[in-house]
Amino acid sequence: MDLQTCLDYLKNYNGEEVSFMEVCGSHTEAIAKSGIKTIISDKIHLVSGPGCPVCVSPSGYVDKLVELAFSKDTVVATFGDMMRVPGSKGSLNDAAGQGADVTMVYSPMDVIKLAEESPDKTFVFAAVGFETTIPVYTLLLDHVVANDIKNIKLLTALKVMPPIIDWLCANNANVDGFIAPGHVSVITGSDYYIGLSKKHKIPFSVSGFKPEELVIGIYGLLKMWENKDTPDYKLVRNFYPSVVTAEGNAEAKRQINKYFTPAKARWRGIGDVDDSGLYLREEYLCYDAGSFNLDSDIKLNKACRCGDVLMGKIDSTECPLFGKLCTPTNPEGACMVSTEGSCYVKAITK
Amino acid sequence: MKITMAAGSGGASTASLINDIFIKEFDNETVASLEDCAVVEGNAKIAMTTDSFVVTPVEYPGGDIGRLAVCGTVNDLLARGATPKYMTCGFILQTGLDTDDLTRMVKSMAATAKEAGIKIVAGDTKVVEGDSGLMINTTGVGFVPENLDIKSNNAKPGDAVIVTGNLGEHHAAILSTRLQIDNNIKSDTAPLNKIVANLLDNGIKPHAMRDVTRGGLATVLKEIAENSKAKIELNQNDLPVSKEISDFCGLLGLDPLYMGNEGKMAIILAPADLDKALDLIRSSDYGANAVAIGSVVEEDEAGTLLLKTTLGGLRQLDVLQGEGLPRIC
Repeated sequence: MDLQTCLDYLKNYNGEEVSFMEVCGSHTEAIAKSGIKTIISDKIHLVSGPGCPVCVSPSGYVDKLVELAFSKDTVVATFGDMMRVPGSKGSLNDAAGQGADVTMVYSPMDVIKLAEESPDKTFVFAAVGFETTIPVYTLLLDHVVANDIKNIKLLTALKVMPPIIDWLCANNANVDGFIAPGHVSVITGSDYYIGLSKKHKIPFSVSGFKPEELVIGIYGLLKMWENKDTPDYKLVRNFYPSVVTAEGNAEAKRQINKYFTPAKARWRGIGDVDDSGLYLREEYLCYDAGSFNLDSDIKLNKACRCGDVLMGKIDSTECPLFGKLCTPTNPEGACMVSTEGSCYVKAITK
Repeated sequence: MKITMAAGSGGASTASLINDIFIKEFDNETVASLEDCAVVEGNAKIAMTTDSFVVTPVEYPGGDIGRLAVCGTVNDLLARGATPKYMTCGFILQTGLDTDDLTRMVKSMAATAKEAGIKIVAGDTKVVEGDSGLMINTTGVGFVPENLDIKSNNAKPGDAVIVTGNLGEHHAAILSTRLQIDNNIKSDTAPLNKIVANLLDNGIKPHAMRDVTRGGLATVLKEIAENSKAKIELNQNDLPVSKEISDFCGLLGLDPLYMGNEGKMAIILAPADLDKALDLIRSSDYGANAVAIGSVVEEDEAGTLLLKTTLGGLRQLDVLQGEGLPRIC
């Protein structure tokens, strides 16, 4: 099947209206940049789910980071996106402006050098992320444990995909199929989604990020959905075989399991979802900076509809704050902060 | 030798720093006269601009802060069709800076000024406590021909849009150095005098020009669209992005449309001038990869910038938001 045939099919589709959700921030961004929504049939709705790790971290987590950054001899190290996420008392950026100790890094491994240079300070890494990013934190932990480093800790807000997808399906999110997260699938493997697809009878298409890969991934998803009542239906297909296998990356999974254990986690605007978070195991809790019970999830503005946006229930533009009180320059909700957040992407691409 | 607070005292140490490094390298009578200000010749319409340079690291693949400080100012003057003539430079040195390093930057600055045909006629040095850093402010003056009025509110429906070379190189080179990523990416830091002079000397008068620096191509073209109350449409397939930059951006989640250059001009001109202009630019220094990337279209939606994607879809482009940070996953 060539690209043009797939594209034509998506353009000319005139069947029942369908809603497909992507649950990966990089897909949200890639879909917007490809302009694909402007050329496919308006019977196919592409909606964004809770796929941006920064966007789903509750305000309590940001508040804890801010508190740590103001603590004596403590430095919070973070990726850039997290700097601007608003908490109930401002963002890390605001805190840094008031003298709190915050440093932006490009890789968790950068903290090792910083910690060596300033042995009197404790460096707390703001460890947010899904299955994709978590293995990198385990490499940091390997180093910290092996070298008995005392002044590096993690404040975790780590999350895994299946429980939230399960929760979305069970809570009437308006979804007919999932564009499975490409990067996460590299770690987990495409078989990861088989149980969910059977349970909810909903198709998953593992897709890449290039425009042509998105076309094929979405076309594949539509065909699966159309055939789901026929005898030869398939509910999980891997259209990203160049990097995604059925089983995933066993070593990365082993590493995650070595350091972390699942438990309930709070998702911004959505609530608690059982087993959707990962926390340091008991034997490694000495490296934790206080990641438990950071459940407060205060809306900065009562009208903020981040939760509904993250569940794909409304389009970003349907939020009363969008583009007015909430803009990329002055975000009220986290979805407007990250370059992969659905509101941010919507705001910059219209 | 290391810079100390004494070098900023205004006394003997300052004088020796000025004489041994700045006067020696800038090498012209006006600056060597050490008067309180420079008096220069000129009786044309004057273009004037100022810019501060705080880049770290101060030396990077393809350039350094000295070359950058000249190019940034020269290219800003050129964007209005001015011929760059004179510039001043204010140096803010941090204690601990090695004078060998400073000399290297000043030599680079002098060589770039010579290449760009601009004379450094006045300067200032201050020293602050710090960590061996170096910052430069430059102010440039150029002369504008009487009959020329190139400005960002002047794009007209039907006009063609040219960019004079590959996108994102400066930004990617700086970021690679900072992140210690090994690659062959070099900054494009360069003065664009030849490109602009070649166009003007051959009777081509661009309607609007912008130096594509911070914020990247999308930001400057969006500003032109807004100022001109025009709609600009770009073709993604025509955007000049090298394979190396494209891969680099893919890795870090960056977008070449929003990455800074230091040696690229966005030029908007009449469609009848397009082919001739492209030939002239491509035969000029630093213009070999110039391409037409889109046009100003005659429709409502004034002030919008659109990208026709490789799939044939449309993506609306805004000015750069935030800091253009690498993504986390």
